[in-house]
Amino acid sequence: MASSIRVRATANGDITEVQALIQHPMDTGLVKDSKGEVIPAHFIQQLKFECNGKDVFVADWGTAVSKDPYVKFSFKGAKKGDELKISWTDNKGGSDTTTAKIA
Amino acid sequence: MTTTTGPHPTRRLILQGAASVALLGLGNLPFGAMSALAAANDKYPDEAFKLKNEADAIKALYGKAAEPSDKVKLDAPEIAENGGVVPISVTTTLDKVASISFFVAENPFALAASYRIPDGTIPSVANRLKMAKTTNVTAIVEADGKLYSATKEVKVTVGGCGG
Repeated sequence: MASSIRVRATANGDITEVQALIQHPMDTGLVKDSKGEVIPAHFIQQLKFECNGKDVFVADWGTAVSKDPYVKFSFKGAKKGDELKISWTDNKGGSDTTTAKIA
Repeated sequence: MTTTTGPHPTRRLILQGAASVALLGLGNLPFGAMSALAAANDKYPDEAFKLKNEADAIKALYGKAAEPSDKVKLDAPEIAENGGVVPISVTTTLDKVASISFFVAENPFALAASYRIPDGTIPSVANRLKMAKTTNVTAIVEADGKLYSATKEVKVTVGGCGG
């Protein structure tokens, strides 16, 4: 299965800008489907970015994060070619991991 | 999800120490001690995400209140056509930022997202949030042990309940 995570990490001098887009329903558990049954909550709780063995960014998410979440941040101390590891876990125990090379 | 070699080993040690003292001293954990525990660990702040009220959620996450600051720049649209996808970003000129959190006051659960900013990461985050209706959005920046906030109203024409 194709990875649920799409990442673009670009180094510009000392600063690396990271944009990530994840495919996930992010169901709140408050919405009913067409049959009137509640769609159970299903959302990413934690998203982690690691570079060179160090956490560079950790996101804790609730149900208010939009479907197919997007996040952007920047960090210092990495260079072109370094690997960025991205992983998430959701409230149902699902998870995914991918690595991206900093361009 | 817990790493032993975190970005602030000393800070973590101190906080964990404080939290365990609180654990020993009191049979029933009061709110403040619980949030210290949550902030100290890499653990997901489950309790804070379950609170409906903004002030309660801030208290559960940080254990204290925030003061408004013009050094926190919150960028949000004035009118959001689709409450399901509202682009929100925050940047700050404050030093020693440890975390940035987003609260949506009128949502069923106020805390939307909380980001930990280790040393070397720039205190600037962009993301997209859901909003049930026209609401105030608050960004809280934790810098050097203090909390600073910025608030903006977003008018929502179609609610975000549908996701």
